[in-house]
Amino acid sequence: MQKFIQDAVEFLPILFQGVKLTILVTLGSLALSTALGLLWALMRVSGIRILDMMARTFINFIRGVPIIVQLFYIYFVLPEMGIALSALNAAIIGLGIAYSAYQAENFRAGIEAIDKGQLEAAQSIGMGWAMTMRRVVLPQAFRIALPPYGNTMIMMLKDSSQASTITVAELAMQGKLVAASTFKNATVFSLVAILYLVMCIPLFFAVNRMEKKFGSGHK
Amino acid sequence: MIELKDVHKSYGTLEVIKGFTTSVSKGEVVCLIGPSGSGKSTILRCINGLEVYQKGEINVEGQRVDAGHKSITYIRTHVSMVFQRFNLFPHRTALENVIEGPIFVKGESRAEATERGRHLLNRVGLSAKENAYPTQLSGGQQQRVAIARALAMQPKAILFDEPTSALDPELVGEVLSVMRSLAEEEMTMVVVTHEMGFARDVADRVLFLDGGVIVEEGAAKDVLGNPQHARTQDFLRRVIDHV
Repeated sequence: MQKFIQDAVEFLPILFQGVKLTILVTLGSLALSTALGLLWALMRVSGIRILDMMARTFINFIRGVPIIVQLFYIYFVLPEMGIALSALNAAIIGLGIAYSAYQAENFRAGIEAIDKGQLEAAQSIGMGWAMTMRRVVLPQAFRIALPPYGNTMIMMLKDSSQASTITVAELAMQGKLVAASTFKNATVFSLVAILYLVMCIPLFFAVNRMEKKFGSGHK
Repeated sequence: MIELKDVHKSYGTLEVIKGFTTSVSKGEVVCLIGPSGSGKSTILRCINGLEVYQKGEINVEGQRVDAGHKSITYIRTHVSMVFQRFNLFPHRTALENVIEGPIFVKGESRAEATERGRHLLNRVGLSAKENAYPTQLSGGQQQRVAIARALAMQPKAILFDEPTSALDPELVGEVLSVMRSLAEEEMTMVVVTHEMGFARDVADRVLFLDGGVIVEEGAAKDVLGNPQHARTQDFLRRVIDHV
């Protein structure tokens, strides 16, 4: 045990550099996937056929290709077309786009769960489509989409480790590097696992609190 | 003020409104009665463009009602609607429900809208509930907030779609009394209802609908008290027997 603590003290500063990148990748791709997901969801419920078709095609395409392949494509193929991104940016964009498909379906389910009477009430006081969405539908859909959104956040935090495949030295990769050079696999990967868990805990609490705040009897 | 000329509406091949012509003048209270499926709610929903009609013409103050045209906003801000199931915004308080349209659709200042909103809540007897959310209100209270929300748009007419049908019997009275007071102030109202007592006392004119057409129309006391058509007689007998 003492040995473990000694090693931990030695390895943690290196692993913390990975933690920083993990957080950066997660937050960046979370923001991007939320914005894009909302866009796809709104296209799907817009009632305009061509927008619906475009969003649906895109979502299915994204869902059908493994995230790792999407990352390879953005990092290794795009430069051949003259679009060179840093590994970090490529990871954020890749994960952001990949997860936007799942976010979109979450948001759409939330939007479609809103009673039709709400749309009619909004229309009957003269609201157009955009205002109805902004003032009436989305605030209510947000509450419904919150639990799956929290779930997605946690999955994204863990899937940020896929950024290691395109050379982003995030937590999982730092762990692998330290383990490979010290042969202390058990210690290192235990630390890595604990660090991921510790990062997840604030998310659990945040989601819980938001559900309490927004979920209870529409208060 | 509201004119309907030979309006036809169908869902696919099912024609639900088969040539509907009538008009509602300013300050008039018109009740639509009839069995379910007679098209009375549908015609009401056509008037403010919640449903599209295929043939004929509906005009509100000379403006043609066309759900796909941007002029529909003008019509909707001048003709309010009260729904059977209230349809209050559950994420907003009673007062916020009332001032939503004035602020965000009509662009009034918050102070001005709030002042009028409070006045309207007071008018429907709910001053004490301005900060309550819809789930904290009874059905009758929710419907009164919905009426205040409709009034807040300062409409020229209000359409009521079975406003008391979703209420517990003991809550019907409070909503009807608010509607009576509106009628006394000469608000133009088109009311789809099963409340024959309300129709008899308040309506200037009653239209009896069946199978998508107007079977009989006239002064409330004539249509309800001395119906000429067999179908009207039959309907009224069954409704009144029930009561």
